[in-house]
Amino acid sequence: MSGSDDVAVVGAGIHQFGRHDGVSGLQMGAIAARRALANAGIAWQDVDFAAGGSDAAGNADTSVSVLGLTGVPFINVKNGCATGGSALTTAHAMLVSGAAEVALVVGFDKHPRGAFNPLPEEWGIGSWYGETGLMLTTQFFAMKIQRYMAEYSISTSTLAKVAAKAFSNGSRNPNAWRRTPLSEAEILSSKMVNDPLTQYMFCSPGEGAVALVLARGDRIKALTRSPVYLRSVAFRTRRFGSFEVFSPSIPIESAPSATTEAAAAAFEEAGVSPADVDIAQLQDTESGAEVMHLAETGLCEHGEQEALIEGGDTELDGRLPVNTDGGCLACGEPIGASGLRQVHEIVLQLRGEAGDRQVLKPCRVGFTQVYGAPGVSACTVLTV
Amino acid sequence: MTEAPPFQLVDPGLIGGTEREPRLIGSACQRCGTVTFPRQASCPRCTSEDVHTRELATRGALWTWTIQRFAPKAPPYPEAGVEEFEPYGVGYIELPGEVRVEARLTESDPERLRIGMAMELTLIPVPGSSERLTFAFRPAEEEDE
Repeated sequence: MSGSDDVAVVGAGIHQFGRHDGVSGLQMGAIAARRALANAGIAWQDVDFAAGGSDAAGNADTSVSVLGLTGVPFINVKNGCATGGSALTTAHAMLVSGAAEVALVVGFDKHPRGAFNPLPEEWGIGSWYGETGLMLTTQFFAMKIQRYMAEYSISTSTLAKVAAKAFSNGSRNPNAWRRTPLSEAEILSSKMVNDPLTQYMFCSPGEGAVALVLARGDRIKALTRSPVYLRSVAFRTRRFGSFEVFSPSIPIESAPSATTEAAAAAFEEAGVSPADVDIAQLQDTESGAEVMHLAETGLCEHGEQEALIEGGDTELDGRLPVNTDGGCLACGEPIGASGLRQVHEIVLQLRGEAGDRQVLKPCRVGFTQVYGAPGVSACTVLTV
Repeated sequence: MTEAPPFQLVDPGLIGGTEREPRLIGSACQRCGTVTFPRQASCPRCTSEDVHTRELATRGALWTWTIQRFAPKAPPYPEAGVEEFEPYGVGYIELPGEVRVEARLTESDPERLRIGMAMELTLIPVPGSSERLTFAFRPAEEEDE
């Protein structure tokens, strides 16, 4: 039952992910925003708070010139991979506090082809790090899963299964970028990029946009008959001892990752246990990330993934479907949009509006987890 | 006075010692003992600003690794390094009791790398450069094992 301080997603909009020559990131953001408003059945004038951003495609608040100059407070967020999660955190807090009744969050991006090329100086590291050839996110993910595979007996076959699932799900998602299914053998035999990860085990920087309309309390039922409640959103930076991207050194003393801490906080705030989760969206920058994040979020134990994935548990018809929209692997990675894409997918699935990829078992509790440099994570719990 | 080195370093604050016997320059917290690399002015563990410079151990064990098989983009990678790119190893080396340091590896054959193998510090040219040096780790002779 809804209470006066409940917050729910009442509208969801997306601009297709992929490559869209001639369309700017800001334009994609505005298109997603209009779709979310239409989905909620409201006008831009009804929104009394907005937050959003991109990593590399401009300032979200400038879209008021397209959406309408209503004077709405609009906070720009630029927080790397946690951009969407941070926008959601901000909007959630504004709604829970009563400072706003209806909020819009938007995330979008547009990246050039090829791997990201961040500059070390912008990440608090000397230029030597880039000159030496260490400033690559792909290296981090490869080295993290390499160590993890040795510690927990995870096979490369499992890595390939995760990617095969992503492309299979993506083939059923009209908003995905990669829509051609690939076999486990094709994935394993594709070009080695950063051992043990091959080309098709990595996502690619891309383009896309997502917007959500959120409402609080009495406004929820007035706006929709199918609300998806945002029970919690938790955002964390890294602790001393966690192994994170862009680390010239890491301590020998180890600590849980930012993901583990954000997930635990999200579950606690929502009053939900990981065992209650029916469907999840996890950061899959590469297939090893999905494997590790399954355990870091508490959705399984460390080392259980091999059997879980082999048994098909994370497939569309499995016990715990993961990344039903194809995840980053099939949708690509527009940094500012990915966190909200995860929530968008859970909203569609919990409403029963996910089309060809609709999970058929009953789903009441959804979970999302986004992760990125330099060790940030945002998690949400959504329920119907 | 130490003699002026006949070579340039990618960052003089990073590497000390001599060309033959280089040392990585880290820092150690005087309050909680935490060792960091590169050196920094405060402790990331306990936040103390009582931190001293420390030369790190030159030998350790490979903690994890990968092979970089595509040329990084320039910048931040050197333009000349892109032109003459060859795949290279990257890993974290655990210096016993100190810290795990991320570094280039001189070995780029995955068949010759395994977690736990002994590694030692060396210097290699900055990619695409003939004068400047950066640090790396190479498989160590197991003489004192």
